[in-house]
Amino acid sequence: MLDLDLTRRNFLKTSGTVLIGTLASSSGVLSMLAPSQTWALELTKLDKPIGQSLLQATRHIFPHATLDDAVYAFVVKDLDVAAAGDDAVAKLLTDGVATLNAGAGGDWLAADNDKQFVVIEKMAGNEFFEKIRGTAVVSLYNNELAWAHFGYEGDAWKHGGYLTRGFNDLKWLPDPPADASPPAFSTS
Amino acid sequence: MAKYDLKDDGVVVIIGSGAGGGTLANELCQKGVQVVLLEAGKHESNDSFVNDEWSSFGQITWLDSRSSSGSWRVGKDFNGLPAWICKTVGGSTTHWAGASLRIQDHEFRVKTEYGDIDGANLLDWPLTLKDLEPYYAKAEDKMGVTRTHGIPGLPGNNNFKVMHAGATKLGYKNCNTGRIAINSRPRDGRASCIQLGFCFQGCKSGAKWSTLVAEIPKAEATGKLDLRPQSHVLKIEHGKSGKVTGVVYADAEGHQHMQKARAVCVAGNSIETPRLLLNSASNQYKEGLANSSGQVGKNYMRHMTGSVYASFDEPVHMWRGTTMAGIISDESNNDPKRGFVGGYEMETLALGLPFMAAFLDPGAWGKDFTAKMDEYSHMAGMWLVGEDMPQESNTISLHANNKDQHGMPTPDVHFDDHPNDIAMREHAFKQGSAVYAAAGAKENYLVPPYPSTHNLGTCRMSAKDADGVCNAHGQTHDISNLFISDGSQFTTGAAENPTLTIVSLAIRQADFMAKQMSEKAI
Ligand SMILES: Cc1cc2nc3c(=O)[nH]c(=O)nc-3n(C[C@H](O)[C@H](O)[C@H](O)COP(=O)(O)OP(=O)(O)OC[C@H]3O[C@@H](n4cnc5c(N)ncnc54)[C@H](O)[C@@H]3O)c2cc1C
Ligand code: SF4
Repeated sequence: MLDLDLTRRNFLKTSGTVLIGTLASSSGVLSMLAPSQTWALELTKLDKPIGQSLLQATRHIFPHATLDDAVYAFVVKDLDVAAAGDDAVAKLLTDGVATLNAGAGGDWLAADNDKQFVVIEKMAGNEFFEKIRGTAVVSLYNNELAWAHFGYEGDAWKHGGYLTRGFNDLKWLPDPPADASPPAFSTS
Repeated sequence: MAKYDLKDDGVVVIIGSGAGGGTLANELCQKGVQVVLLEAGKHESNDSFVNDEWSSFGQITWLDSRSSSGSWRVGKDFNGLPAWICKTVGGSTTHWAGASLRIQDHEFRVKTEYGDIDGANLLDWPLTLKDLEPYYAKAEDKMGVTRTHGIPGLPGNNNFKVMHAGATKLGYKNCNTGRIAINSRPRDGRASCIQLGFCFQGCKSGAKWSTLVAEIPKAEATGKLDLRPQSHVLKIEHGKSGKVTGVVYADAEGHQHMQKARAVCVAGNSIETPRLLLNSASNQYKEGLANSSGQVGKNYMRHMTGSVYASFDEPVHMWRGTTMAGIISDESNNDPKRGFVGGYEMETLALGLPFMAAFLDPGAWGKDFTAKMDEYSHMAGMWLVGEDMPQESNTISLHANNKDQHGMPTPDVHFDDHPNDIAMREHAFKQGSAVYAAAGAKENYLVPPYPSTHNLGTCRMSAKDADGVCNAHGQTHDISNLFISDGSQFTTGAAENPTLTIVSLAIRQADFMAKQMSEKAI
């Protein structure tokens, strides 16, 4: 599940996109959300086991059971970029993963979920944990895959706004009277 | 567009192009006054604005170094970002939601109405609602405020439907789509609202009033305006007489220039305005310009705020359409029986998924947090905004060591909630939750204040020189050709969103300045 280096044959190299593969093509949101066989994350600074541990750590910090690993990988990508730009960050992350491993008696990733959680929970609030949390609270929720998952619709301008696309389509409550909520302007 | 010489001392220099400065610039230009408008930020446009919360944040937010101190929760959650305001042509009016409410009569004289309150530095405004009414009317017309001047209200979106259903069940009587400076019909050369829901990100359609799309182009059309973006004012200079003579500013490359001036109007929003006055201290004005009262940078107000979001069984899609789509005004009166003085408004608010993650429960992690985020598409939301108490100890001061990119000391924003603010927030949380419970909410989420969007009071107006920094026209008590032209002038905060009042005061100030100039008083 946590293999960051999945089948490479489907990858499309897209410049500026670190998550490469059919994921980054715009072939419709749902196909994008079933990417587990067709994406990979290229790390520039951190090595793969560190990347995998960071991905799993993020899953513990912001657990969304059905949110694909590909979305969590955006967080690892941003951590990797930060590590590449600052040796202190690289050391913080590498040391942090070593602490996770030590806490799990050697291999944190191999431990079961509950055990993993016990170990990472103890690190809550420390610099390593906060680096992941602070990065993830932005990166995890700031990409089109996450938006599709949570139902958020993103850029409205390219679709002409919601005036004719459901800004007031809620039907499960009574409509307010016209003096509280007048009809929309229309040119017709 | 006009181009004035740096040595031209006939021009009025305005610092900041937001609600106060942008409006004042246009009003003065319409009267034939020559204006140099210095704006620290870049010149964006409807075309360059983006429907993307974090990208837009990077594009228009004031991100220069600031610090915070005091016991307020923002100081802990967002220490380096005490305020959420803009550095761009148009200032925070590019960001604002458009809610445009008049301050109530009694809120102009709260010292008289509320009496003495421990720890609160209350003062009556040196003007009344009656004084301001004609200017409110002009501002509403200029801004195209719905439900005034025969302009129809906006249609309510889904988020408003939930608010309205709950408010009605709860027995509230004043809930509608409010008075908003967003075109419900094409008006003043701008389109009507297409319900994008990116009002905070600059409104690409131009339906929302801002000084960027309304005041500044009109000022430019007069041929009297010299707008200089990326011009960051560092210091205001004065001569032997004590009058101000010009300003020093850094351009995009960091080169410094001195622009001479006949008069200087400061409209940098309530953190930058006092910072600039304090940073302009001289041998003659050791405590900073216009600070004989010692009140520059004091009495910082940011409104009592908080938000309630609630989850429902059915979807809401609150992000669709106007961000501030409606209002409940029933709690805006002063009724000390509720356990606090002053009142508050309840206004719908929606955040996109990225901002919801950042603001829902800052610092939180784990299952409790993600369970809430999982409800995102089924959430409705409202913002609570009420009068906070001015306290002399809530201050903007110059940091002892930190300097910004131009070598200017950074501002420190110190804030403690007053017990009255806390009591009001608790009441507002309770009532907001009751509204959503009445509409059938599964769960309510009480969200702490965002970084300050309403920054007020740090150069307040007062009848007496000793009590404040400027008079009822924003003219500083100490220096006749130095004016305060933004929300820093507010004597007290009132419950209402401040911008309509800032704009009204700017129109009034322009009349006063033009008269003073024709009389050669300044
Ligand atoms: C998200 C959000 C929503 C809001 N919604 C509402 C609402 O619905 N209703 C409402 O009434 N209000 C709202 N507001 C508040 C409103 O934006 C402000 O009250 C108003 O814009 C303040 O006007 P101002 O002139 O004081 O400052 P601003 O509009 O902030 O303008 C100040 C300008 O001065 C510039 N500046 C500062 N220092 C310098 C310097 N040294 N040199 C050169 N330039 C400088 C800044 O770059 C900025 O452009 C909202 C604000 C935000 C952030
Ligand atoms: S909802 Fe209306 S005001 Fe807001 S961004 Fe869209 S068009 Fe502009």
